[in-house]
Amino acid sequence: MHIVVCIKQVPDSAQIRVHPVTNTIMRQGVPTIINPYDLFALEEALRLCDRLGGEVTVLTMGPPMAEDSLRKALTFGAERGVLLTDRFFAGSDTLATSYALSCAIKKIGEAWGPVSVVFAGKQTIDGDTAQVGPGIATRLQLNQLTYVAKINEIDEEAGTVEVERRAEGGVQVLSTRLPVLVTMLEGCNEMRRGSLTHALRAASADITVWNAEAAGVPDVGSCGLRGSPTVVKRVFAPTPRAEKAEEIGRAGMSHEELAEAAIDELFARHPTIEADLRDFAATSQEEWR
Amino acid sequence: MSAKPSPPPAAGRAGMRKELPEHFKAYRHVWVFVEYEHGAIHPVSLELLGEGRKLADKLGVELAGILIGGTREALLAAAGECFEHGADSAYLVADKVLEHYRNQPYTKALTDLVNTYKPEILLLGATTLGRDLAGSVATTLATGLTADCTELAIDEERSLAATRPTFGGSLLCTIHTLNFRPQMATVRPRVMAMPKREAGRTGQIVEHPLNMAEEEIVTKVVRFLADRDSNKAQLAYADIVVAGGLGLRSAENFQLVKDLARVLGAEYGGSRPLVQKGWITADRQIGQTGKTIRPKLYIAAGISGAIQHRVGVEGADMILAINTDAGAPILDFAHLAIVADALEVLPALTRAFSRRLSVNRLAG
Repeated sequence: MHIVVCIKQVPDSAQIRVHPVTNTIMRQGVPTIINPYDLFALEEALRLCDRLGGEVTVLTMGPPMAEDSLRKALTFGAERGVLLTDRFFAGSDTLATSYALSCAIKKIGEAWGPVSVVFAGKQTIDGDTAQVGPGIATRLQLNQLTYVAKINEIDEEAGTVEVERRAEGGVQVLSTRLPVLVTMLEGCNEMRRGSLTHALRAASADITVWNAEAAGVPDVGSCGLRGSPTVVKRVFAPTPRAEKAEEIGRAGMSHEELAEAAIDELFARHPTIEADLRDFAATSQEEWR
Repeated sequence: MSAKPSPPPAAGRAGMRKELPEHFKAYRHVWVFVEYEHGAIHPVSLELLGEGRKLADKLGVELAGILIGGTREALLAAAGECFEHGADSAYLVADKVLEHYRNQPYTKALTDLVNTYKPEILLLGATTLGRDLAGSVATTLATGLTADCTELAIDEERSLAATRPTFGGSLLCTIHTLNFRPQMATVRPRVMAMPKREAGRTGQIVEHPLNMAEEEIVTKVVRFLADRDSNKAQLAYADIVVAGGLGLRSAENFQLVKDLARVLGAEYGGSRPLVQKGWITADRQIGQTGKTIRPKLYIAAGISGAIQHRVGVEGADMILAINTDAGAPILDFAHLAIVADALEVLPALTRAFSRRLSVNRLAG
């Protein structure tokens, strides 16, 4: 089975700092990682190949340095990495991104065999949109399975798949036909450790680098800024509230006294909260009887 | 799939052109996709009707609720609820193949409605259903979609200004879809306030056929397993929420948060680092990438108050922060603060609340 996993190289959000004076992002020296949600997709793809045979192609779009994330994915056992990089792709919103990626996935299928499953993480930690997965599915007419917690069954010969999908208020068990696009929910598996063999291979592997032309993108006007219907008009820091929090208590008060003082202030400002709490206390006391 | 061919993208920087292309000028009115499942409207849809009402009034147009589902009678009843929450009209697509949510028929239903009746704005809840559907519909229509907006406004050029946190919530950005219609956006539950219900308010109903047979739909719903732990879903809608952050110093100390929550009949949660450390599960995360809450009272213990947390709790009526650091950002948006160690203050609050509430019991 041939599986494509879409990943994204993102800044490690734990390390992002905002400049205290200019309120702009300080990008310098921020380490990059594979979007953590994508690792659940990669692990699930590798497990399917372990079980059923096949290979995993990892695909990313980004600047040349995004090659590092592909090499990292190879250390876990992916077969090959494809980097989509071109100045035409710069400034893509989610619609333009899904266009470029879907062209590349088509090309990957032509080069290395038909693709049965395209995996993605449920969203990225930098954009948080969750829109690129459904965009790819729509463009390639793949059956769309988002927020998948578990793949119950997959039969390549019969061309069928059954999954458990996180829905509002419960889990939907869905059956559909291959090829599919699957976005994996976090916490559904645990990423394996890379092996030494894979690490050695990854270090010297040739990463396939495609520009728009090589990826078979028919219309560069649908890529990058030009192909993006959304426009970012303004980036700004949130305005602080006019007044700061009122500090409860005085120096030297015990924790018990602080707690009492806080409750006094709370009930004085919001009598309805006090009334609600008394109602709750009364009903829960009745329940205990 | 069901897509009609989309208009070709305009040449040049498509999004930046000044003049709206001629064929989009007829697009009018504000639509809210109303999530109707298992016999009920998702509260986020009613919140969006409240917000959509303001946008429609600003534009001088109508507000419509979009209802897609399995039975006409159920949708008609739901339409009544939409009217009472501010909608002027409701568009219904009722067909038995739409009984349970599936991407393919819902995408067809919604894109057909858009192509037929041409709204200028389309809002959806950022739920698992809304996000699954919005991405497909926006791609099919080749229009702009802005996820997880925290503020919606209309600018002087009648354009939707959709503001959302960016870079993990450290900054905000305002996004426009200038040259394509409809302008689409999703909003998470509890970000917008629930509008007041106006009993007896009515509106116009427009019914539209799906024209799709079950045989054409590839994906089948085998079964639905309803969540047993209904409490998990309650966090976003709880009246009182107690939460902890890294100031608790260890996973064991999180029990102090739960103890206080129990006495108050409150829900509990935590900041994003606690999920990353495995102290709490992801469904208990409060903030931009977790749950947005609007409780009457929010008690934040040992949480510094990064912007990504702030945008998730700003709708609270009253925020009480407990932090050892008087300079912590949370003091910039909390109403009351106890500057002391949360590990000491939490048990003191638990004791003080139980004392007061049990005194009342004896007196009453």
